[in-house]
Amino acid sequence: MDRVRIWRNVSLGIKNLMLHKLRSLLTMLGIVFGVASVIAMLSIGEGASKEALDQIRKLGSTNIIITSIKPLEDESQSKQNSFMSVYGILYDDETRIRETFSDVENTAPIKIIRKEGRLYERALDLRVVGTTEEWFNLVRRPMVAGRPLVQNDLVDHANVVVLTEFGARRLLATEGTIGQSLRIGTDYYEVVGIVQSESGQGIEIAMPDQEVDAYIPLNVARERYGDTIIRRTSGSRESSRVELHQLIVQVSHENRVEAVDAGIRAMLKRFHKKVDYKIDMPLALLQQAEATKRTFSIVLGSIAGISLLVGGIGIMNIMLASVTERTREIGVRRAIGAKRRQIIVQFLIETIVLSTIGGLIGIGIGMSIPLLVTYFAGMPTVVPMYSLVLSVGISMAVGLLFGLYPAVRAANLDPIEALRHE
Amino acid sequence: MTRENSVVVHLEDVHKVYQMGTEKVHALAGVSLEFERGTFCAIMGPSGSGKSTMLNLLGCLDRPSSGTYTLAGNDVGSMGDNELSELRLRELGFIFQSFNLIPQLTVRENIELPLFYLGWDAARCEKHSLELADRVGLADRVNHRPTELSGGQQQRVAIARALANDPRVLLADEPTGNLDTATGEQVMALLCELNDAGKTILMVTHEAEVAAHASRRIHMRDGRIERIEEGN
Repeated sequence: MDRVRIWRNVSLGIKNLMLHKLRSLLTMLGIVFGVASVIAMLSIGEGASKEALDQIRKLGSTNIIITSIKPLEDESQSKQNSFMSVYGILYDDETRIRETFSDVENTAPIKIIRKEGRLYERALDLRVVGTTEEWFNLVRRPMVAGRPLVQNDLVDHANVVVLTEFGARRLLATEGTIGQSLRIGTDYYEVVGIVQSESGQGIEIAMPDQEVDAYIPLNVARERYGDTIIRRTSGSRESSRVELHQLIVQVSHENRVEAVDAGIRAMLKRFHKKVDYKIDMPLALLQQAEATKRTFSIVLGSIAGISLLVGGIGIMNIMLASVTERTREIGVRRAIGAKRRQIIVQFLIETIVLSTIGGLIGIGIGMSIPLLVTYFAGMPTVVPMYSLVLSVGISMAVGLLFGLYPAVRAANLDPIEALRHE
Repeated sequence: MTRENSVVVHLEDVHKVYQMGTEKVHALAGVSLEFERGTFCAIMGPSGSGKSTMLNLLGCLDRPSSGTYTLAGNDVGSMGDNELSELRLRELGFIFQSFNLIPQLTVRENIELPLFYLGWDAARCEKHSLELADRVGLADRVNHRPTELSGGQQQRVAIARALANDPRVLLADEPTGNLDTATGEQVMALLCELNDAGKTILMVTHEAEVAAHASRRIHMRDGRIERIEEGN
């Protein structure tokens, strides 16, 4: 069949559909809402899971994050005055992990101390983060000004500090501040860089946005402030001794992560009497999130499939009525010399036109629903490209599938009977 | 031209049997006929005489139960559905009692219908359909819908459509049945004109006045040919 004839069939189909505008519109509604719901649901689902996946990815899928936690047994004891609780990851743990596992590429230790910082006349409570240059490599955060910590800072035990963008703003520090001295506790540090702040960075120690971070070399932090933290709260004194608050372990390849994770767990179990640490594997979270997303997609897909099925049945119903109504026309066309195949094509094109237009309207509605959801509910949404292609494809397929039976029925009418039909 | 070549329609002992429940109905019980090119023949008879069955058979909408029907050298009895469609498309034109124009199409599009199935391109279709509309005197109505036309005009559109594929045989089923006498006469005049120009016309009617236009009248009764009248 040549292009001209297909085009004539399409225009004839449109003409027939326009003859019963309301009926065609109502018939289309099934497909319209089916397609719209597919796109809207996929977009909302995609948006929700993208946010979760992005957060997990930020942690790095090749990373294993070990965080110190106060073991439960210590809770009762720490209620007593001036009892020192000792827990957490040890400096030795880092060394052992580095030396034992050949798949470990990098480790980034973090030690946190709370100190008052003072820049000119401005004083603020700082979260002093003692770390190494590796941490900056792992988190891959861009510098706003200056430089990150480098290996020489640790070698030289240099009194240097890197601020976050947020912290710098709170301290009224600017690019010009680089080279100035920041007093932390009783010591002075040279501000060497400002790093971009990150909202959800996954270090679950505190709400990062509320903290003014100051990054200094780990060995400097250790020498200046020691490992013991004393916190006074309404009459009672609470002190704890923690060597490292967090340790990020980077593994050479994603498929080695699980093995290293198991190794670390076994090792820490041997060297720690109590469970005073927590191990997070972003890869596992990622896999879990992806599995959830898959389940979600299957559920949404089924719902969408059912609604499109209902839409298709609606189309079939109307087309059967249309065939009955146009029996005489079919008879005339057959008498003139139309072959069965040509009658089938004529009716099929009509249903495909109907369902495709329905699908396109559905895409329009389906794409605007996520916008409304984002606008009114503040939920992130992403309209996935594949959902558009899928919807048009499915609606055309529905037209084809459910149009076939009425079309074949039309073509199989006996022309003599059809001409006699009133 | 030899006599063999000029024979367009040839029926030889044609039977048509319908199964009605448990009973067999012989709608045609042994009909033998021959029509030469340029014939204008009326088939007459009371209802149940088999004249409609005869027309369906001649129109290749049906196949004989036994006997042979040859149309323009084709053995209709041995043909499949697709071949019959093709034969109708190339060799036959239909004119119906109730016009049977397609209401959603314009006059021009109705006339072009056979050309569409013949696969003509749009420009050629348009030129040809306008010529035909002019020939039946409706050149100024080509963009109207059938419902906007009078009965006589509609039948003339139907005739133009039947002529579009330049068929060897024109089949008319009570062409004046739905028209008043005056318009009926006009339509008959048009058919006579076409016959004068050499078109073979086979017409079913039960009106003697209409049949009088034909050069031959075949009277049927109970599935058989009762008698044949020649001449006007």
